[in-house]
Amino acid sequence: MRSAPLVERGAPGGVGGAVRGRPRVRRGLSRSSPRPYRGGGGWAPWLYLAPALVVLGGLLLYPIYQLGLISLFEYTQAQVSGGEPATFQGVGNYAELFGDAEFWRVLLATVVFAAACVVSTLAVGCALAVLLTRVRAVPRLALMLAALGAWATPAITGSTVWLLLFDPDFGPVNRILGLGDHSWTYGRYSAFFLVLLEVVWCSFPFVMVTVYAGIRSVPSEVLEAAALDGASQWRIWRSVLAPMLRPILVVVTIQSIIWDFKVFTQIYVMTGGGGIAGQNLVLNVYAYQKAFASSQYSLGSAIGVVMLVILLVITLVYLRLLRRQGEEL
Amino acid sequence: MNSPGFVRRPWRLAAEASALVIAAVVAFPLYWMVLSAFKPAGEIESSEPRPWTLAPTLDSFRRVFGQQEFGRYFANSLVVACAVVVASALIAFLAATAVTRFRFRFRTTLLIMFLVAQMVPVEALTIPLFFQLRDLGQLNTLGALILPHIAFSLPFAIWMLRGFVKAVPEALEEAAYLDGASRSRFLWQILFPLVFPGLVATSVFSFISAWNDFLFAKSFIISDTSQSTLPMALLVFYKPEDPDWGGVMAASTVMTVPVLVFFVLVQRRLVSGLGGAVKD
Repeated sequence: MRSAPLVERGAPGGVGGAVRGRPRVRRGLSRSSPRPYRGGGGWAPWLYLAPALVVLGGLLLYPIYQLGLISLFEYTQAQVSGGEPATFQGVGNYAELFGDAEFWRVLLATVVFAAACVVSTLAVGCALAVLLTRVRAVPRLALMLAALGAWATPAITGSTVWLLLFDPDFGPVNRILGLGDHSWTYGRYSAFFLVLLEVVWCSFPFVMVTVYAGIRSVPSEVLEAAALDGASQWRIWRSVLAPMLRPILVVVTIQSIIWDFKVFTQIYVMTGGGGIAGQNLVLNVYAYQKAFASSQYSLGSAIGVVMLVILLVITLVYLRLLRRQGEEL
Repeated sequence: MNSPGFVRRPWRLAAEASALVIAAVVAFPLYWMVLSAFKPAGEIESSEPRPWTLAPTLDSFRRVFGQQEFGRYFANSLVVACAVVVASALIAFLAATAVTRFRFRFRTTLLIMFLVAQMVPVEALTIPLFFQLRDLGQLNTLGALILPHIAFSLPFAIWMLRGFVKAVPEALEEAAYLDGASRSRFLWQILFPLVFPGLVATSVFSFISAWNDFLFAKSFIISDTSQSTLPMALLVFYKPEDPDWGGVMAASTVMTVPVLVFFVLVQRRLVSGLGGAVKD
């Protein structure tokens, strides 16, 4: 017997979300029972949230505010050491940045490079997740362990190992491919390609494991029925699995975009700080070089703001996608 | 999906063969890293690299551990990663509980903020954080590496844990209160053990982000190198013009093994955790 009716269902008129918005559909009996601490709670949720809010406010929100502020001032070595007062520039730094052809080149390279990384990572991750469901335990375990190994490899060690693999003098790859002493990091595109390979290598495991976990949760009868109806593997993937996995695919896509847009270590280490004459710069490394290598903190901050805006736009698109799927927050 | 029985036999064999080949390709860089760490110097710098070595040696490891304070860097990395994992797991657990078990004003707003916070490019905040940490006198301390990483791993951890906290039946909570349990007793003695698998899965992500950190170590530890971490120790051997590949690979091996061990330990929980978190 449920003794729940003894408890009031929260104040009439309701504090908070239970009343606002569309009525929530509950599945199952236990879900429809009154919940004593919902709606009420008073200060309790805020107490639980306090540590998170303090940390995020102090180390995320406030730095973002400061980032915006610095980007509006003249802030170089002289101001940092206190020799000269910081002068307000308005949008001056942005004007300088947008007037610089190099910025646009780096921005384009960042977007194209990140997009290529995302698409390759997703393609490889999904394909291997499907492959995992098609094989017996031993090959599955082998692939899973290898992927976990790649995932566990820190970005900096992954970068140096891939450099050794593709080293023109001592690396095995050129020998296997018969490329002689071809230098992968010399040309702009081959350097980007090498970094892309490393990024895909260390980030496809997250996609593979997540999508595999998702496929496993799809009832096998559904897939068997589709197979019995004569659907091809591709058809099963496109018409049955992909729609059911859409929430998962959205999550891994967004995570990949976030991670690949922010690649720093790989580019920095593998191309020696942005490649010959800056040919392999992406926004992150560009901002770092501006700020810490040439002490132009305000320009570096302005680049940071641009990155922030781009990623926020992507976030808004993501939120709209979630809304359209009727996801309850 | 555990029984791939409906796949025709030749296809399954082809799939299994390719899975093994792909596994070998994926594992190859790691194999090469460990192999090169054990190769004698002459063999690494040979223009005919061999996928085996007949004279394994610990020379490179000796050089790495002989490097000033390498052990200290290792300990620093471990302290930073563990502090970040424990702190963000506890803070995220409390926050995830708040946003799933209570209805209150601004709940949805907060959730959206946590989501948006995940998108913030950490790297862009290096500049303001540098000045902030300097003003707090935290530059050149491990705190400069720990604090920002807690903040950056929190939003994702809260989002992931939300699914786990949600999955705990509310009837259990009611039963606990009816049995006279206090709210904090319920929180730590009932809810916490139940969502522990989720905490393990999230801690994998915070561990990696802290252990991998290169940018902050490079930017915030500038004068007192005794406070540095493993990536910096590795760079001692990596000079772009003339890298000491044996040293780099030995340091890389030392840096990768703890994470590998951690992954293998939590492997099952990680896979089920990801499934649980994304299914929601």
